[in-house]
Amino acid sequence: MASELDKSSSSPPIKSRPVAASLILVLGLIGLGLGIAASISFGAADIHLATVWEAVFKFNPELTQHQIIQELRMPRAAAATLVGAGFAVAGAIMQGMTRNPLADSGLLGINAGSAFVIVICFAFMKGLPFMSLMLFSFAGAALGAGLVFGISSLARGGLSPVRLALAGAAVSALLTALGEGISIHFRIGQDLAFFYAGGVAGVKWMHVKFIIPWVIGALAVAMALSRSITLLSLGEEIATGLGQRTGVVKIIGMIVVFILAGSSVALVGSIGFVGLIIPHLTRFLVGVDYRWIIPCSAVLGGLLMLLADLAARLVNPPYETPVGALIAVIGVPFFLYLARKQRREM
Amino acid sequence: MDTVHNLDKARNRKAALVMGILGLLIIVMFLISINSGEIRMGPAQVIKTLFGFGDAKQNLVLFDFRLPRIIIAILIGACFAVSGCIMQGITHNGLADPGILGINSGAGLAVVMYVSFFPVKTAASPFLMPFLAFIGAGLTALVIYLLAFKRHQGLSPTRLLLVGIGIAAGISAAMIILTIKLDPNQFQFVQVWIAGSIWGTTWKFVTALLPWFIILIPFAFSKAKVMNILSLGEQTATGLGAPVERQRLLLLAAAVGLAASSVAVGGGIGFVGLVAPHLARRLVGPQHQYALPASALVGGLLVLVADTIGRTISSPSEIATGIVVAVIGAPYFLYLLARSR
Repeated sequence: MASELDKSSSSPPIKSRPVAASLILVLGLIGLGLGIAASISFGAADIHLATVWEAVFKFNPELTQHQIIQELRMPRAAAATLVGAGFAVAGAIMQGMTRNPLADSGLLGINAGSAFVIVICFAFMKGLPFMSLMLFSFAGAALGAGLVFGISSLARGGLSPVRLALAGAAVSALLTALGEGISIHFRIGQDLAFFYAGGVAGVKWMHVKFIIPWVIGALAVAMALSRSITLLSLGEEIATGLGQRTGVVKIIGMIVVFILAGSSVALVGSIGFVGLIIPHLTRFLVGVDYRWIIPCSAVLGGLLMLLADLAARLVNPPYETPVGALIAVIGVPFFLYLARKQRREM
Repeated sequence: MDTVHNLDKARNRKAALVMGILGLLIIVMFLISINSGEIRMGPAQVIKTLFGFGDAKQNLVLFDFRLPRIIIAILIGACFAVSGCIMQGITHNGLADPGILGINSGAGLAVVMYVSFFPVKTAASPFLMPFLAFIGAGLTALVIYLLAFKRHQGLSPTRLLLVGIGIAAGISAAMIILTIKLDPNQFQFVQVWIAGSIWGTTWKFVTALLPWFIILIPFAFSKAKVMNILSLGEQTATGLGAPVERQRLLLLAAAVGLAASSVAVGGGIGFVGLVAPHLARRLVGPQHQYALPASALVGGLLVLVADTIGRTISSPSEIATGIVVAVIGAPYFLYLLARSR
């Protein structure tokens, strides 16, 4: 007992590697720049980088290539970066706050909740502006998370990572089935196909512009919250002992997660596993201080999505492979590895 | 001794009663289902046609469209349910189900690969597909088993589920990547198939499914006593002289075969194998000689109801049976999860 008190009263040592983290941030940002350039210039029609430069800074609406760059390629690259950062940071926050290594907005039913509510919007409120669609998507994210956490917490023995993952799978199955049923009944399957596949192919500037302030705002709040998340990740008792108001931190954290995941799903559909892999990778590289984990996750998540989207275009041209499926190919083995490592039982 | 005997008798009587009621419900549902559909037919007409007094159009609708479909629905429901009952028994895991464990998706992948390399519905395919599905499902089960098994700890039920979920996610991603190259026709087929729609609705599929049903279901029933012993736990079972590993493997193979043949005809219908055994056990108790047949009946009833709903609720478009079953089954899974320790 005494030793436990000692541990919680003195500030716990937090393993972190600021140098590695700064290096990742700098290299990651350079990588993002290169990735965006590559994403804009490669594709069904390869466009020279010089043309890309001109299209951005000396836009000439009469040139087809400039049109392609401005209307198709640029929003696509921007969307991939934003969404990757969004999913990754949402995953990092959840893993930190709930101390659950299997937390990911896809695995915990949050993406499915968003997609479900979007289906309902398409079915009953046709022609809803994107802004409202996004707000509904936030609500859907909260619905999915509420169901998963609510049901898991009903069980004796409380919220274990395994039980959360199982509840997430079942809630996702339920909401997806309901969504599919509704979309068949109202014959809106075609409008919605992209939500199930998950892709950044058809993204429009208008929509990207809507989500930019939300994602950036949520990332800023996440940064402000990062110290508290680090303390929470050490355990609820320790955080409370150090004067944290854990309830408030958790509520704000979850709202940030809903905004990040909800706006990402509204833009590109449900893509899982980014929020699982990236935070683990980042934690491995930079240690357990969330002041570094959150920005590094954002950069690396954006990079992963950019590269995956690029690969999706290049793997099997002229077809596009759904990005969600490509990421799952990397994500599933990683999930299996974590599942094997899980020692705690239900 | 005498009281034990009496208890057995009472239990027997209760189980017989429950199964009789279930059988009756299936017959009632059968009549409702055969009466409902795009082309309206009165009950009197249906009965007349069933006994051979219908005109050509009525004959066609009833005997070539509705009847095989209803029979298939009942058969695959029973197969999934018995498969789930076996898996729950031998893994000591109330949440086991061929769908959740990823075995259905393995069978599905084999079918989708076959469809993407050969044109849909060639003459031999109904009979070949259950075998392919069995190979796919068997390999998947093996991979899941190996990944979930850990030396010194053995096979933990929860790790089994987690690995199953992961494998199912991976396989569905692989399927999406595979289906990109398909022509629109095949793509449509695969899409509907993944959602779990009873697509093989001709008599050919009934005859393709029947051998699996006729061999594996009685086999499972005959192993009821062994399963009772196995469900006592590994050590007790070994102590009672049961060759645990061999029996478990045989039963697992039967469960995989039942699931795979159903998937080949009905697509990825999940949750039947989960819900039906639980309901059955609640009705007739945990003894497998009662629980297995009761599961089969509940499963058949469940899929028949789901298929009828899916066929009629949004007519003329059809909602895949798997979707309806998931809407019923997923909440039940969550309920079980919330009650679990």
